[in-house]
Amino acid sequence: MTLTKAHIVDKIHEEVGFPTKRSAEIVETLLEIIKSALEAKEDVLISGFGKFCVNEKSQRRGRNPATGQDMILDKRRVVTFRCSSVLRDKINHVGIK
Amino acid sequence: MNKLELISALKTEADISKAEAAKIVEIFFNSMTDALADEDRVEIRGLCSFYVKQYKSYIGRNPKTGEKVPIKPKQLPFFKSGKELKERVNH
Repeated sequence: MTLTKAHIVDKIHEEVGFPTKRSAEIVETLLEIIKSALEAKEDVLISGFGKFCVNEKSQRRGRNPATGQDMILDKRRVVTFRCSSVLRDKINHVGIK
Repeated sequence: MNKLELISALKTEADISKAEAAKIVEIFFNSMTDALADEDRVEIRGLCSFYVKQYKSYIGRNPKTGEKVPIKPKQLPFFKSGKELKERVNH
C-alpha cells in the first residue's frame, strides 16, 4: 500500500494528540519549509534518512524521441536525493551494528 | 538545512513546542523509512514520491585495483520530485 500524507496526519493525530485538521495543517507547514529551502537552492539534510540536493543541469542537445527531431534543452535546476546509509541498510534489512 | 533547523523552523511557523515539532519531524521521516523497508511506495503530493528499486547482482570492479568483485543484489529507494517542487525549484 502506498504511504500518503493522510497516513502521516493520522499518526501525528494519534501520537502527538493534535486534532486531525490541525495535524494536517502542521504537515503542510513542514512540507512548505522543505520546499522553500529547496526553492532557495538550499540542500535539506535529514540524518538517518537522506539528503535532498538542488543540482544545476547545464544546457544540452536532446532529441524528441517521437519525431527524432533535434532540440536544445535549456539549463534547469533539479532536486536529487542521496539515500543515507542508515536508510539503505533498513531497506536491505541489514542488521544494525 | 539540517534536521535540527527544520525542527526549529517548524516550531516557529506552526507555533508548537520544540518537543512537538521534533516528534512530528521524527514521525514524518520514520513513516517513510518504515514504508520503504516494507517495499511500499511513498507519495507525498507536491514534494516527492519514492519507490524501492531492485538491483540484480552483477560483477563490479574495484576502480583502484581493477579487481573484479561480485556485487550482491540490492534494493535502493528511487526518488521522484513532485510536480510542485519541480516547478518551484526550476522557476
